[in-house]
Amino acid sequence: MTHVAGVDVGSTATKAVLLDGNGKIVGTGICPTGANVVRAAERVFSEACKTAGVEEYDVAYVIGTGYGRYKVPFGHAQVTEISCHAKGANALFPATRTIVDIGGQDTKAIKVSPNGDVLDFCMNDKCAAGTGRFLEAAATVLDLGLDAIGDVSLRSTAPLKITNVCTVFVESEIVSHLAKGEKVEDILGGVHNAIAGRSVALLRRVGIEDEVTFTGGVSRNAGMVHALAARLNTRINVNPMSQFVGALGAAMFSLERVRHGTAPPIAEPKENAANAHGGH
Amino acid sequence: MPTEATEMRTLGIDIGAGGTKAVILEDARTILAQVTVKTGTNLSDAAAAAEAAALSAAGLQRSDVAYVAATGYGRYQYPGRDIQITEITCHARGALFLFPATRCVLDIGAQSSRAIHCDERGRVRKFKMNDRCAAGAGRFLERVSRGLEVRLEEIGDLSVKATDPTPISSICAVIAESEVINHVTEGRKMEDILAGAHASIADRVIALLRQVGVEDEVTLTGGLSVNAGMVKALEARLGRRVNVSPDSGYAGAFGAALLGHRRLEKLRRAS
Repeated sequence: MTHVAGVDVGSTATKAVLLDGNGKIVGTGICPTGANVVRAAERVFSEACKTAGVEEYDVAYVIGTGYGRYKVPFGHAQVTEISCHAKGANALFPATRTIVDIGGQDTKAIKVSPNGDVLDFCMNDKCAAGTGRFLEAAATVLDLGLDAIGDVSLRSTAPLKITNVCTVFVESEIVSHLAKGEKVEDILGGVHNAIAGRSVALLRRVGIEDEVTFTGGVSRNAGMVHALAARLNTRINVNPMSQFVGALGAAMFSLERVRHGTAPPIAEPKENAANAHGGH
Repeated sequence: MPTEATEMRTLGIDIGAGGTKAVILEDARTILAQVTVKTGTNLSDAAAAAEAAALSAAGLQRSDVAYVAATGYGRYQYPGRDIQITEITCHARGALFLFPATRCVLDIGAQSSRAIHCDERGRVRKFKMNDRCAAGAGRFLERVSRGLEVRLEEIGDLSVKATDPTPISSICAVIAESEVINHVTEGRKMEDILAGAHASIADRVIALLRQVGVEDEVTLTGGLSVNAGMVKALEARLGRRVNVSPDSGYAGAFGAALLGHRRLEKLRRAS
């Protein structure tokens, strides 16, 4: 049976998804990207193959995506993460019309068609505000694990208002809140609300339409899911595969190419110029 | 009338995001003390510590000082002040005290940077500032030095040795920290990466300076004025010399002490 894969090299984590010939997910792999991008890509691909019991050389087609997509040495092609997130979200939640993708170092809002094609998108990749790095900074200052802060934030009864936009300045702001004796959960409640606010501002530029699907590494954070749902006043689609959506989309593009026998062109979406950057 | 009343001592205190600076001036001329303490999280504690250190350095009691003027972002947090004055006004006045022909001031601090255009008496004509984001301020270099695992005090001198500066494409300090790590793994030299980081800040503050109008002489103030790499990067990009002295970091505190002196003279004349 033919197998295909997608490898998503993000700024923080590298993910791989392996599909069988019917488009069923049979293997996944994930590791921190680190400084050696090539090694991270090789590692997750090999992990995905191992979990599926498939030999690496039996994988017919591999597509790389994410900011390190050109550094996947065994990749047959590259597709932007925008197209891959749209494709992958459509596969996980077919009614998806709006995607919010919060990764380690960038945030994207994508509007998609019922087929999973990109209609519009805008992104912030110029500034760490509103991205996973912002949460990392908060976790570091509060001396908590990145995986713990979401749950702690859910205990907040009176979230604080975080006034700084800059991630660097927020660290000092958190320190002074601590010095004043504010509760950690209320500080974190404020931090999650701040990111939700920036993400929703980005989403408004492409237009928010149900259903909204949350992808990227930060989608594992329950506090972030809660803050986004509250701000949008709607349900948010999220599941344990949400972090793999980019790799899943890439794998699905691989499958299409294998099925067609040739490589059908994948239209590269253009960011709406009027929407460019979420910056400061 | 007691003789000591003829000598008027004023204390200027500049409570910045990185350091708190205190100076004592006599008759708006003679420097009796200048000290710096790290600001930390408690602004009023930092101010009290700086004031005590300055008094002790000058061998004076608090009662020997007639007036205390506070500036910097923590100026309202210091209960010991007689008056607070914005850092824009103080930096302009302090820069003229150090370099009397100053017309433009570039103040690069830990968390903000400012370009000020002033007249021949140090009065502010126009200013532009960035205090929303760490790009173009000292915190940017802090992040870069952390990414490179070099001590902050060493980066300026290292950057001066660069032969082929590596451009830093990230504007955000947090993203730049990851970018410099990538440059290291690609085999770039430490000094070249540092020169690129200094050039990045220089570009951002010079953009501010152009908005207020560049005119000789340009004086550099703030915490980054002690950094030789910063001075070199600014001069290279401006194509002109920049005034800087070991006292440049105290410009805000000098300005506060001088403006405090003038205020006190007015008060005495009025009474």
